[in-house]
Amino acid sequence: MSGYLFSRLLQTLVTLFVMSVLVFGGLHMVGNPVDVLLSPTATPAERLEVIRSFGLDQPVWVQYGIFLKNALSGDLGNSFVYNQPALHLILQRMPATLELAAAALVMALALGLPLGVYAGLRPNGILAKSIMAFSILGFSLPTFWIGLVMIMVFAVQLGWLPSSGRGDTVDVFGVPLSLFTLDGLAHIALPAFNLALFKISLVIRITRAGVLETMQLDFVRFARAKGLPEGRIVRIHVLKNTLIPLITVIGLELGSLIAFAVVTETIFAWPGMGKLIIDSIAVLDRPVILAYLMITVVMFSLINLAVDILYSIVDPRVRLEGN
Amino acid sequence: MADPVLSVQDLTTSFRVDGQWRSVVRDVSFDIGPQETVAVVGESGSGKSVTAMSIMRLLPPGNARSTGRIEFEGEDLLAGPLEQMQAIRGNRIGMIFQEPMTSLNPVLKIGSQITEVLRQHRGLDGAEAEAEAVRLLDRVRIPSAAARLGEYPMNFSGGMRQRVVIAIALACAPRLLIADEPTTALDVTIQAQILELIKTLQEEEGMSVLFITHDMGVVAEISDRTVVMYRGEVVEKATTEAIFREARHPYSRALLSAVPQLGAMAGQDRPLRFPRVDMATGEIAPPPPTADTVRVNEPPVLKVDNLVTRFPVRKGILRRVVGRIHAVEDISFELRQGETLSLVGESGCGKSTTGRSLIRLEEPSGGTVGMDGHDVRGAGHSELTKIRRDVQMIFQDPFESLNPRIRIGEAIAEPMIVHGLVSRREAPARVADLLERVGLSGEMMQRFPHEFSGGQRQRICIARALALEPKLIVADESVSALDVSVKAQVINLMLDLQERYGLGYLFISHDMAVVERISHRVAVMYLGEIVEIGPRAAVFETPQHPYTRKLIAAVPVADPSRRRRRVVAGDEIRSPYRPADYVAPKRLYREVGEGHFVQIHESEAAA
Repeated sequence: MSGYLFSRLLQTLVTLFVMSVLVFGGLHMVGNPVDVLLSPTATPAERLEVIRSFGLDQPVWVQYGIFLKNALSGDLGNSFVYNQPALHLILQRMPATLELAAAALVMALALGLPLGVYAGLRPNGILAKSIMAFSILGFSLPTFWIGLVMIMVFAVQLGWLPSSGRGDTVDVFGVPLSLFTLDGLAHIALPAFNLALFKISLVIRITRAGVLETMQLDFVRFARAKGLPEGRIVRIHVLKNTLIPLITVIGLELGSLIAFAVVTETIFAWPGMGKLIIDSIAVLDRPVILAYLMITVVMFSLINLAVDILYSIVDPRVRLEGN
Repeated sequence: MADPVLSVQDLTTSFRVDGQWRSVVRDVSFDIGPQETVAVVGESGSGKSVTAMSIMRLLPPGNARSTGRIEFEGEDLLAGPLEQMQAIRGNRIGMIFQEPMTSLNPVLKIGSQITEVLRQHRGLDGAEAEAEAVRLLDRVRIPSAAARLGEYPMNFSGGMRQRVVIAIALACAPRLLIADEPTTALDVTIQAQILELIKTLQEEEGMSVLFITHDMGVVAEISDRTVVMYRGEVVEKATTEAIFREARHPYSRALLSAVPQLGAMAGQDRPLRFPRVDMATGEIAPPPPTADTVRVNEPPVLKVDNLVTRFPVRKGILRRVVGRIHAVEDISFELRQGETLSLVGESGCGKSTTGRSLIRLEEPSGGTVGMDGHDVRGAGHSELTKIRRDVQMIFQDPFESLNPRIRIGEAIAEPMIVHGLVSRREAPARVADLLERVGLSGEMMQRFPHEFSGGQRQRICIARALALEPKLIVADESVSALDVSVKAQVINLMLDLQERYGLGYLFISHDMAVVERISHRVAVMYLGEIVEIGPRAAVFETPQHPYTRKLIAAVPVADPSRRRRRVVAGDEIRSPYRPADYVAPKRLYREVGEGHFVQIHESEAAA
């Protein structure tokens, strides 16, 4: 186990390094932030001053060397725009995005699992076919369009739920969260459901396929021959086997929920990381983009680690070993 | 007879296929008395398993329906709602299935899979249920039962898993045990253990057994009465002695004549074909004798000296080699044209690895392999191609060794075109000729593999192997997956081809009875080593090594009058895994007869 964790850590460090090289090089090639940030009326002297203060007068490998040296001591550079540490900016916005993603994940599982199990048990029933039709809609309708329609219906016409912002937050261990106030819950409902819709469809499909497949296996037949009630067979024997593929997919999807909540955050004006990164890309705020991608790498690694550990808990055939 | 425990009357079971109801079991009737064992025997598609599933009502309700009466202790199982079966299944009728590897849920602990039955039917809870589970595992002779409750199925071998399955089936002391091919997937010594266990438990519990099998040897060992099924119908039912002594129906006779019987070859010095049975009259035509095909005057086509194949086992971050699987360890043998040498042994003994090492499908770690004068281990790419042309392989599973999307004509033509034997234009004529030689027709070359039965597919694989005019065919469990009568036909075909083309066969099999039919010489493998090798008659009639004797003793005897209680050792098949610093001892052999060598036991060698 410790060997496993060690090799995982090593992998993450290598990925971080490769990522930083690629992004640094890539960002260097597209556009010049000075052109974007500086007003057209700036004098050449001002211009040179800005270039020097950003360190852009140095050759690119020297710039990268400085970045690397600072990164090792936990400093990912200052934002060109806000003139604050990039890491700080991102961490400030992170709770909002994590909260949104977590809420969406819970919805995806709470709705997707039972619907998927039902569709798998009665694949030819009318209700099962309706569930599958719904999941196709969830897959194919664009997120932004559904978001707009939901705002139209629930916020504008019915007036039930607010359409933008986070609402009231409470500090939990110094982190502002809106999940623990009624107003916050009302604010998160629409964006979380909007973000979850695609994942619900995915969970339904994977669960249904898993249940259909597992129900055909010998041990289910043997469980029936043992005289077990159908409920226990589904809950214990089938579900645990179905969870195995589901965990893998959910792990990957959780990563994408966090990293790509951009669209939903934009529509519902949710003050998360997604909005920050879009703005930063628009003005070529290099340190913020770089820091954001580095954090994404760390997050994906952590999620994958969690998935592997969960995997070994659910499936005794999996052993965690360093390689 | 006392009131039967189970009475099946006019059972007809149909499946819905494309909206049409098609009967797969028709008018099946039989009784099972108290403490009686009844065998239902038949080949694949005979409806024997469907009969068993119908009794338990385990078939999918929407797509299968059964009519008739199934009376279990006076109660009609087919009459009531499906829910009533829950109180009967696992409680008053226990059932075990063929595949012990898949009958247990891989992600649940053994303990919970046993206790859930006790909770359900006997109302036991917590510590009580666990204590009872330990008792059950003890009863099926699983050592240190209490410690094993917390383990998962993957920690158990096939034989041990089948014991767990039996423990679960017997947890509630059922009146009837339905065993659907419970030993088919097991090695022969393990099969003997499980059969013995079922017999003992039956006596202890006083239950009846419905035993479903395709293996007439097992039938003779275990059953009091036998029901023979053919294409969904019962064609004959009688006491087991009567069936074996004077079967009346042609199919029963055909089935019996196709059963390889260990010891049936006493006094023969050449392989022998299976007799043919006329399916209309039931007349049995004696098999034509085989010619002497072994070319003793020519040098051997295959010469293997001190062959070693090991697989490293790596662990840790640095992937250090911590041990090796000694799959093949220092084995030597020769094979002449026209000769069949059989490699026998149980799973994991290295017999398949030996076959694969010969043409470097596995890279050997040591020794030499001489194929018709070529050094296989030193051969370069083009020489190896030439060698592989001379050595063809036929595998166990005819379903998996043919690509489902390629017409069989192309599958057979491909190796000939690759090796430049024929041009694309000439190929069809050659393929048609090959198909006819293996007893199929040339018109079939346009078809896809799924249009053929298992036996036909194995014929196609043989035709494909013959296409390159090989000198040697490595047949790796080639007939093991086939039904008894089909197996007999394929073996007859192999013997015909040997006579016509002087083929050498390296016949790899775990089935001692088949090996006795087909071999000139036999090598017995155990833990990667050859423990005994010699002419077939010598090895079978005067086996010298304890392991050979154990193997032969474990084979079910297809003769109920020679039934005997065996003392079966309960040991497991051992693993050829050794630590990295292990040095294999030099093995010595003693010649006990002409060409008959047996490995000297370590204690003797030291003396």
